Amino acid sequence: MSSFSVTEPSTRSKWFAGSLVILYALITMVPLAWIMLTGFKSPADAISYPPKVIFDPTLEGYVNLFTTRTRQTDEFLAANPPETWYEEIVRQYDMVIAGPSKFGERFLNSVIIGFGSTFLSVFLGTLAAYAFSRFKIPLADDLLFFILSTRMMPPIAVAIPIFLMYRQLGLSDTHLGMILLYTAVNISLAVWLLKSFIDGIPTEYEEAALIDGYTRFQAFYKVVLPQAATGIASTAIFCLIFAWNEYAFAVLLTSGTAQTAPPFIPTIIGVGGLDWPAVAAGATIFLLPVMIFTVALRKHLLRGITFGAVRK
Amino acid sequence: MAQIIIKNVRKEFGDFTAVKESSFTIEDGEFFMLLGPSGCGKTTTLRMIAGLELPTSGEIYLDGEEISQKPPSQRDIAFVFQMFALYPHMNVYKNLSYPLVSQGMARRDVKAKVEDVATILGIQNILKKPVGGLSGGDRQRVALGRAIVRDPKAFMMDEPLGALDAEFREHMAEELRALHDRMGATTVYVTHDQLEAMQMGDKIVVMNNAVVEQFGTPQEIYDKPATMFVADFIGSPSMNFLPFDGSVAEGAQTVDLQGHSMTVPRQMQGASGKLVFGVRPEHVTLSDTGAYRGEVLATEYLGTTQIITLDTPNGALKARAPAGQVATVGEKIGLGFKGEAVTLFDENSGRALRSELNEGIVTHG
Repeated sequence: MSSFSVTEPSTRSKWFAGSLVILYALITMVPLAWIMLTGFKSPADAISYPPKVIFDPTLEGYVNLFTTRTRQTDEFLAANPPETWYEEIVRQYDMVIAGPSKFGERFLNSVIIGFGSTFLSVFLGTLAAYAFSRFKIPLADDLLFFILSTRMMPPIAVAIPIFLMYRQLGLSDTHLGMILLYTAVNISLAVWLLKSFIDGIPTEYEEAALIDGYTRFQAFYKVVLPQAATGIASTAIFCLIFAWNEYAFAVLLTSGTAQTAPPFIPTIIGVGGLDWPAVAAGATIFLLPVMIFTVALRKHLLRGITFGAVRK
Repeated sequence: MAQIIIKNVRKEFGDFTAVKESSFTIEDGEFFMLLGPSGCGKTTTLRMIAGLELPTSGEIYLDGEEISQKPPSQRDIAFVFQMFALYPHMNVYKNLSYPLVSQGMARRDVKAKVEDVATILGIQNILKKPVGGLSGGDRQRVALGRAIVRDPKAFMMDEPLGALDAEFREHMAEELRALHDRMGATTVYVTHDQLEAMQMGDKIVVMNNAVVEQFGTPQEIYDKPATMFVADFIGSPSMNFLPFDGSVAEGAQTVDLQGHSMTVPRQMQGASGKLVFGVRPEHVTLSDTGAYRGEVLATEYLGTTQIITLDTPNGALKARAPAGQVATVGEKIGLGFKGEAVTLFDENSGRALRSELNEGIVTHG
């Protein structure tokens, strides 16, 4: 028996590859960990040098993120003892909570716009990709190229025309406007990604369904879609990440009603000095939905469900 | 169960003509083979009968009803795909029940019917399994089950044994033929394997280059080929072609091959110019008395028989002889031909000349 095998990597190279992956994961995770830790520091700990890794955790950052605070006279403070744990945190600085901040609203805007545009991009993208993949469409190649060409320059290059157009149409600072904009940017990616996934699904499945008495749409819905799930899930993740993180258009086109979290988080810095824990807390909460979405769909990302059903 | 009539059916894909005006009739209950090399249009023809392609022109009758432009769901025809195309996201039971569910059949009836079919095919024990892990044979049976479960008017099969191992193929071919005999359903079967076609078919259509070359029973196709293509495609080794310049008159019973007079079936058609003398290897006899001689080039031992390759004045020729016959390479042997089994062809058109042998088979030309 030789210790050498063509198909199975040696124990040493497996260890080596494994350590490399772990090392890389650690390096990429340091900034994330840093942000999450800073969210639980006091403002003093957050800017201390050398940086503190061990500190007294506090929810001050989160309280500051979700509230607006005002300074009050000593008499007022004496007359109104703090009632809740978060009021106590604020009271250390002789301040009282004046009301909720805008973060909750902005975060909800991000959820509506991010998931709304993702749904629309993937929905339209799947239908378009199926049509391009299965039917003879006049000028199909030119149309596909045209769809791709919308991504050949950075979207921000057309910011001014879009700004003017949106103002005319009354779409500025509206949820619908932002959903349409992000859908327009994402749809080319969605069509191209999904087309290659659907191209990979043998047409025999639909033909079998047609023969078995189903209509074309039923065949698409019941046979093609379940098999395209992997592609749809990964496309949705790409679309969501773009819409979720988009900053430039959000700054330009939204100011109130439809403002998303990315342009809002930096404004926290301006309120009452450099409040790094609050910024870090905002960033942490902002990261969660994409992480949860990705983890929820990871099954589809990792596993092709068509494996073995058609003999090649 | 039904009769299928294909009438002047033509299919074009852009500039490419996949099937040229083709006509033939598939009788009720027949096991019908569409045979030809790859790219000859046989699969396109099958797909047109099933409704997966619509013919550019022509008519298709199923049970007397013209169906050529109907969607497949309205034709009541089942299709077995070469790659099986089992729904990968469903288990065996769901695959089998899918065609019934589309008809809105009650759950209990579906269950009874699926179990019925599973029993016929011997797959009751795998009903709960996902299709991904099945062996080739079981996939084949599930694919067949999905086709027979709703008792369609006819079955279309596109090289259903093509994806199986050679060893298993033979077994599955028998199973398939037995199943057909039991159900008596009209079956149209596409294959490029002439042995499979001869073995299983009641009737065969031989196609080449988008054209129907011949249509008939396996015996007719083998013994009375209508064209040189059919004579060459069917049989292993294929028919010997000995080209010669000359002429035959109507009513002639001999032809002149390099000065030797050879018996042929009485000709019903005169011809001259470049002709071909076609004879099957088993109709060549080796005898020292024969005046027409060939030199032995090689011998292939096959157990009960042997194939002897000879060089004749009209080119190479293969003869099937008993294994015991002695033939040494380099030896010159006299040859005789079984005259009543000979077919003459016109080399330019590739078509057989009409004779007593093939009368009624070869109508064109």
